[in-house]
Amino acid sequence: MHKIWWKILGSILVIYTAIAGLLLGVPHLAILNETIRNLYFHVPMWFAMIVLFSISVFYSVKSLSSKSEIDDIKAVESVNAGIIFGLLGLITGAIWAKYTWGQFWSFDPKQNFAAISVLLYFAYLILRNAIDEEQKRAKISAIYNIFAFPMMVVLLFVLPRLKDSLHPGNGGNPGFNSYDLDSRMRMVFYPACLGWILIGYWVYTIRFRIRNIENKQQHN
Amino acid sequence: MQLAKEVKYLIHKEVLLEWRSKYTINGVLLYVVSTIFTCYLSFVSLGDKLTWNALFWIIMLFASINGVSKSFLQETKGQQLYSYILASPAAVLISKTVYNTLLMLVLTTIALGFYTLVFDSFTPPDMLLYYVAVVLGSMSFSTVFTMVSAIASKAGNGGMLMAILSFPIIIPVLILLIKLAKNAVDGLPWENSYDEIAMLLVVNVLMVATSLLLFPYLWRD
Repeated sequence: MHKIWWKILGSILVIYTAIAGLLLGVPHLAILNETIRNLYFHVPMWFAMIVLFSISVFYSVKSLSSKSEIDDIKAVESVNAGIIFGLLGLITGAIWAKYTWGQFWSFDPKQNFAAISVLLYFAYLILRNAIDEEQKRAKISAIYNIFAFPMMVVLLFVLPRLKDSLHPGNGGNPGFNSYDLDSRMRMVFYPACLGWILIGYWVYTIRFRIRNIENKQQHN
Repeated sequence: MQLAKEVKYLIHKEVLLEWRSKYTINGVLLYVVSTIFTCYLSFVSLGDKLTWNALFWIIMLFASINGVSKSFLQETKGQQLYSYILASPAAVLISKTVYNTLLMLVLTTIALGFYTLVFDSFTPPDMLLYYVAVVLGSMSFSTVFTMVSAIASKAGNGGMLMAILSFPIIIPVLILLIKLAKNAVDGLPWENSYDEIAMLLVVNVLMVATSLLLFPYLWRD
C-alpha cells in the first residue's frame, strides 16, 4: 500500500478534475465562455510534459556517468511518455484556439515553439533509431538530449516572452490570475496539475517496466 | 596555457588544410552565390524587403549547414584518432568552433555583399546593425552546428541526421536573428535591438558551455 498511494492519489485527482472541472462554477467571460474549463485539461499537459522531459535529462546525465542500460531505458521512456503529453497539449490547445481565436493553428508564438520543441524530441528518437550499437546509442542520444534541453527551455519559457502572443499573460494580455477573481478555478486547476503529473509519471514507470522485461527476454 | 597553445595550433592546422585545398570555402561560396541567383531569378516580382531579409537568413542557414558540417563529418576515423591522441577534447572543440566562426564570417560577409549587389532595393539603412546580426549569426550557427555535426558524425550517417538534429535547435536562434535583422532593415534605433543581441549572446554562451561539458564524453570512443 505504501508504494501505490501516489497512483491512487493521481487517479482520484484526475477523476475529481474531470467531474469538478465540468460541473463546478466558472467565471463568465466574453469570448472564453465555457471553454475556460479547458484550462484544467490543456495546461496540466504541459506541466506533465516538462516534468517528464526533466526526468529524461536527469537519467541522460546519469547514464553518461554510470553507463548503465537501465538509465538509458529510463531516459528514452520518459521522452516517449512526455511526447504523448506534448501532443495532447497541442491538440487540446488547437481545439481551444478554434473556439476562441478562430482557427486551429493561429500562428501564435507559443503554439509554434511548443510544436518545435516536440520536433526536438522526435529528432532525439530518430537519432536513437539511426544507431544500432546499444552502448554507443545510449551515449550519443544522452549527449543530444542534454544538449537540446537548454534549447527547449529557451523555446518554451524565454522566447514567447519576447514576442506578442494570444496566450494570457503575454503581449499585453492579462494573465489568467486576473480572470479567476473568486479563486474557484484554483480549487480545480492545482489538483489537475498535480494529478496529471502523477499520471504521467505512472505512464512512464509502466512503459519502463514493459521495456525492461522485453530487454531481459531479448538477452536470454 | 596548455589549452590555449593547443587551440592556436589546431586552428592553424585547420586554416592551413583549408588554404591548401580551398575546397570548403569555394564550394560553399559557389553554393551561396548560385542559391542567391536562383532566388533572384525565381522571385523577381517580390518587392517586400522583409521577405528578402528572411530569404537571406534561410540561404545562410543552408549554406552554413553545408559548410560547418564538414568539420567533423569529413574527417576520417584515423584523423580523429590522431587529434584525440595529440590534443584535449576541449581544444579540439574550441578550435573547430573558432575556425568555423571565421569561415562563416568570411562567407556571410561575401554573401551579404553579393546580396546587396543583386537586390538593389534590399540594402538595409542601418548596415552596421545588420552586420552585427551577421556576426552573431555566424557565431551561433557555428557553435550549434559544430556540436551537432560531431554528434551526427559519431552516429554514423551524416547528411540527413545533421539536418534533422540541428533544425529544431537552430530555429529559435534563427527567429531571433531574423527579428534583429528586421530591426536593421526597418532602420529602428539600436535601443530596440538590445534585447535580441543580449539573448543571442546568452544562447551562444549556453551552447558553448553545454558543448564543452558534453564533448569529452562524445569524443571518447
